[in-house]
Amino acid sequence: MRTTTVVIGAGQSGLAMSRCLSDRSIDHVVLERGAVANSWRTERWDSLRLLTPNWQCRLPGYAYDGDDPDGFMTMPEVVDFITNYATAIAAPVQSGTTVASVRRTDGGYRVLTDQGEWQCETVVLAAGAFNVPRVPAFAEAVPPTVTMMTPMEYRNPEQLGEGGVMVVGASATGVQIAAELRRSGREVTLAVGEHVRGPRTYRDRDIHWWMEAAGVLDERYNEVDDIVRARRVPSMQLAGSPERATFDLNALRNIGVKLIGRFAGINGSHAQFSGSLRNKCELADLKLGRLLNTIDEWATDNGLDDSTPPPHRFAPTKIDPAPPLDLDLARGEIETIIWATGFRPDYSWLDVTVLDGKGMVRHDGGVADSPGMYLLGSPFLRRRKSSFIDGCRADAQELIVELTAYLDRRASPVRA
Amino acid sequence: MTTTDTPVNNGVNVEALLGARAALTEAPEAAQFQWRATCEWQNGTHSHSTVEGFFGLGEEQSHRTRFSFDADHPEIFASQDNGVTPPELALVALASCLTAGIAAVAQNREIQLRRVSATIEGAMDVRGVLGADSDVRNGFSDITVTYDIDADASPDEIRALVAQSQKRSAVYDIITNPTNVSVEVR
Repeated sequence: MRTTTVVIGAGQSGLAMSRCLSDRSIDHVVLERGAVANSWRTERWDSLRLLTPNWQCRLPGYAYDGDDPDGFMTMPEVVDFITNYATAIAAPVQSGTTVASVRRTDGGYRVLTDQGEWQCETVVLAAGAFNVPRVPAFAEAVPPTVTMMTPMEYRNPEQLGEGGVMVVGASATGVQIAAELRRSGREVTLAVGEHVRGPRTYRDRDIHWWMEAAGVLDERYNEVDDIVRARRVPSMQLAGSPERATFDLNALRNIGVKLIGRFAGINGSHAQFSGSLRNKCELADLKLGRLLNTIDEWATDNGLDDSTPPPHRFAPTKIDPAPPLDLDLARGEIETIIWATGFRPDYSWLDVTVLDGKGMVRHDGGVADSPGMYLLGSPFLRRRKSSFIDGCRADAQELIVELTAYLDRRASPVRA
Repeated sequence: MTTTDTPVNNGVNVEALLGARAALTEAPEAAQFQWRATCEWQNGTHSHSTVEGFFGLGEEQSHRTRFSFDADHPEIFASQDNGVTPPELALVALASCLTAGIAAVAQNREIQLRRVSATIEGAMDVRGVLGADSDVRNGFSDITVTYDIDADASPDEIRALVAQSQKRSAVYDIITNPTNVSVEVR
């Protein structure tokens, strides 16, 4: 089969691109291994809600129009939202189609699937950036008496025994799971490395409202100091709860979650934790301070100081004077370890020399280092919000310009 | 008020460091360094260590001169106090590593430093090293570093310098994280 563009993945990114392609009458197909919004259907825990408020759920030619703009969608609601989008834009989705390989050809790419083969001039990688859990190699040394799980397998506290749980990693995922397990009555220890602290609301408005208004979410990939680092920063400690609760480390500590340093290694049956917890919390507190300074300055410059409560600062993160550095996993206090240590994309099907030494696609703002190949839905792809639904919209609308220009150049090559 | 456009100068060549970072990102094999020291027992608890050569950028390298360090224990340990104690050398290593980092980060952030002073304290229950109580660890139970910094920056910017320096410090990492150590006899 032949088409101009093959889009791999029918999540928010692939569908946003599909809409942009349709707008320009570019013939394409969207290949999806499962059903539309597959990861949202199959790889998320039960209580999860979107981190971004409903009003911020915007895709090209589509937006949330329900009666709770400040709420946060549950997973079934996200699946509905994305599925309805696919219908509304009449996206040419071929579901139940797993891509086995993508290869370069003279004229473009050959996409081999379990449902046949596609030839195309351009290919859009939109299969997501969070396909495979990243678990440290020393997890293999955890005693077999301890059950291990990743957030992809975690669904709810009932899955776990009644014993103590160690959650490793303090990103949005780690703090949400730690809080849920603590509320279920379990003893919970959270191993904390580098993290990004954020309050759900500030000066009576959602932090995402402020970050969007002050231009933080739109900060561009070629404007930040160190984009390689920016793309690896963990997600902000946020949750979309109906109570609009804050999920920072102080909030977790207040409900009885024990905070310890980064899980650094295993020696025999002993888990070893870094003595760097104070520094990691100080870094996060200072970073939050800088974000709030940016917000306050923007509020003043834009005349919001009279209509919003005055600026304030959050209490520094409180940690114990001497958090434990060692924990004997053979003693049974920890029955389960949940590795909330991040995810990486799965490019096992990508047979194109476009991956860097760390297995990530080499790209410039989503324009991959392989002619006619584009990437979407990756952290800080083109702007800070790139990994959010609203980021797909902005990124797809810019990448379609690149993709179209590429097709035009091919159609009318410049003569020497 | 006078304003001058004197460029920030903390004596750190940030361009060279950033250049090295970029070059070594592309050539990870050249980034493999080995730091070395040799140590000769003198008498009692006194030892004399020297540092001269190291390996890096794919070849043998050398300091401009040979540096030497004496270590011993004070007289209250029935020693002759010919040098600092090894734990004190560890404190020196941590303080000097963090201080170098502060200068480099300040230069990169265009913050002029005027004075950077650190006091470093390591608490230790010596019953551990004396074998008097097996529940007491040999090493420090706690290390506290206190900085006194005079710079053209706000208090939060100065705290951020110190925090970032810890994040990029080799010795801070060595001390706060476990390391496999092999001690062999020829």
